[in-house]
Amino acid sequence: MASFFEKLLGKKTSSANQAKERLHLVLIHDRTDLSPEDLQSMKDRLIQVISDYVKIDTNETEIQIKTDGREQTLIANIPLRNPRLNS
Amino acid sequence: MKGKVVTVTSGKGGVGKTTTTANLGMALASLGHKVVCIDSDIGLRNLDVVMGLENRIVYDLVDAVEGRCRLTQAMIRDKRFQTLFLIPAAQTRDKTAIAPSDMVKLCDSLRSEVDWIIVDSPAGIERGFRNAIAPADEILVVTNPEVASVRDADRIIGIVEAEEKGPAKLVINRINPSMVKHGDMLSAEDVVELLAVPLIGIVPEDEAVLISTNHGQPVVLNEKSRAGRAFLNLARRLQGEEVPWMDLDARGGFFNRLGKFITGGN
Repeated sequence: MASFFEKLLGKKTSSANQAKERLHLVLIHDRTDLSPEDLQSMKDRLIQVISDYVKIDTNETEIQIKTDGREQTLIANIPLRNPRLNS
Repeated sequence: MKGKVVTVTSGKGGVGKTTTTANLGMALASLGHKVVCIDSDIGLRNLDVVMGLENRIVYDLVDAVEGRCRLTQAMIRDKRFQTLFLIPAAQTRDKTAIAPSDMVKLCDSLRSEVDWIIVDSPAGIERGFRNAIAPADEILVVTNPEVASVRDADRIIGIVEAEEKGPAKLVINRINPSMVKHGDMLSAEDVVELLAVPLIGIVPEDEAVLISTNHGQPVVLNEKSRAGRAFLNLARRLQGEEVPWMDLDARGGFFNRLGKFITGGN
């Protein structure tokens, strides 16, 4: 990932960094056998199911695959809304 | 003797499997071991030319498996090292001529004869690759610091893991230190971070590899070559030694040294 300062200065990401970022994503999809489209549809359906039970803040919702070594973990961060405030 | 079987593989073709096998075999022999290199790429024989032994072939791997010759008859002795042998691939057959169980049997009978059995795997993830990894105690995955070969290496590493032969060890071949420095090539650290397996060798890009291969002399015989020294280091790590990583930045140029002197780098 390009550093914060590199982005701030509008510095172009090096080709090596681009390669690394692209590979990072490709390897996640290869290892999980999950295409980007399938991953998106899984996220959408997860959010759908959860919102059947509780009110959630869809703008703040984050669902992603994290890599630790050769292990992949699905991480979901889904803030719940207080139903009494919004009803 | 209880020989160890090491398979050199990669997924993608052209990353330097055969070069690594030839140099590793020769380096281990130079360190005093008895070594057999096996070319398991049936139909696309080339370890023999890289080792400079193409004129000595009488019998091949398939002949030995199918019993047309004794195993020792298929072992071609190297010209330079008395303790180095090559079992060449058959050129007129295909990958299905042998099965993974044949490779296991063949390597098992070699274990009592030699210290190291280095198997050069074909590219791909099909039968030839399965044949090559079946007998392995240890698997080396060769990759180059570029997207296609790193991706394929990851596939191979996953299969090796699933076969419970892991973790595979990584050889990063053909790294160009000045391109890495300019941000135009993945660094060894980047590749290790992405693939998350132990690193056993980093080999710099070096014209001497092609030149020495032209002569049928693996580059490890050339002590002046950086790639040659890197392959020797790889062999020493394989035999369990702790070998420090070569300083790839030390180009040795006057300005480089001057620059380092001024900035106080070492």
